[in-house]
Amino acid sequence: MNKVRLATVWMDGCSGCHMSLLDMDERLIELVRHVDLVYSPLVDAKVFPENVDVTLIEGAVSSEEDLEKIHKIRQRTKILVSLGDCAVTSNVPSMRNRFKVEDVEHRAYIENAQLNQQIPHEVIPRLLARSRPVHEFVKVDVFVPGCPPSADTIYFVLTELVSGRLPELTGKTHFGS
Amino acid sequence: MAVKTLTIDGKPVSAEENETILQAATDAGIKIPTLCHLDGLSEVGACRLCITEVSGSNKLLPACVTKVAEGMEVKTNSERLQKYRLMILELLFAERNHVCAVCVANNHCDLQNLAAEHGMTHVRFAYQYPNVPVDASHDWFVMDHNRCILCTRCVRVCDEIEGAHTWDVMGRGTNSRVITDLNQPWGESETCTSCSKCVQVCPTGALSSKGKSVAEMEKRRDFLPYLVQQREGRP
Repeated sequence: MNKVRLATVWMDGCSGCHMSLLDMDERLIELVRHVDLVYSPLVDAKVFPENVDVTLIEGAVSSEEDLEKIHKIRQRTKILVSLGDCAVTSNVPSMRNRFKVEDVEHRAYIENAQLNQQIPHEVIPRLLARSRPVHEFVKVDVFVPGCPPSADTIYFVLTELVSGRLPELTGKTHFGS
Repeated sequence: MAVKTLTIDGKPVSAEENETILQAATDAGIKIPTLCHLDGLSEVGACRLCITEVSGSNKLLPACVTKVAEGMEVKTNSERLQKYRLMILELLFAERNHVCAVCVANNHCDLQNLAAEHGMTHVRFAYQYPNVPVDASHDWFVMDHNRCILCTRCVRVCDEIEGAHTWDVMGRGTNSRVITDLNQPWGESETCTSCSKCVQVCPTGALSSKGKSVAEMEKRRDFLPYLVQQREGRP
């Protein structure tokens, strides 16, 4: 049987969902018998590949880079999973939404900066006006709320997907931590 | 007192004529989801989560404010009702800024629990991200409008149990806000007795005690049926 081509992506989130993924501990070894991790902050691939079976998205869509990525990822992925509250609801990143981007940048890079106070104009992607959940931009197939979803929840989601089923998550996870 | 007989989810039930569908269902061991309802307070039908299907009516009727009637046939959990309840919950989440992960009421929140119970995995409606304030002017308590669902439990407990009527509702539609006195800072209220009843009955983290951090705000509601019983002799 062919291995499932799995990707994980880190957008506007704290990496907690990826930490939770690693919290599966020895179950990771069992999973890699069924799964090829083709793209992830945890592996070295630089370009999001073609023909990905399952992609887990951590984080909200907050910058121009996220926006470009999410459309490319959707195009190249069969089953797209919003993993965690930031991808599902925009969560903590959305708390800046009531402010103007210029005010947010001024707060971060000028008011609260000790040294070298300036708003970056290169390398750092430009923020969108608002940070928004993934499904407001592209079709999402599976939603996994939680901040972060537990290792047990992620394991359940992945084993169901590997077995060709869409996971039914009622009662297994909830918004918040 | 006349007794009415009706069926709820196919089960024959008898109830006193002035009882609501919610009371009759609860007595019969049938659970209808509620949010603005709280034992000991008057009913307002604000949240619409307890909607039921009643034979002969095309409208969905809220169980908390609909009186029982002879021969009534009530359904409490049809697919249609589940669909609308889920929609109500999603709209509540979309209307203000609910960020469960960093909320004082995380894991002790009626809204969060209902979302989980109803299998709400995401919100299909566009989040509104309203610009609403936090009032931390009171010495002991905080009002965070980001987390308010306008259930008016605070308004009712303050008026009906404490007798102060510090809280009320201002504005229309999505611009509605709960206010203290004449829309002045809570800390400057002349009527507030600082009893904390509003904080305890609030279903979310909108009203909380100062100094509580994420997930630390547990509400204590056991005082309410006790006070009602002591004062009026009704359960």
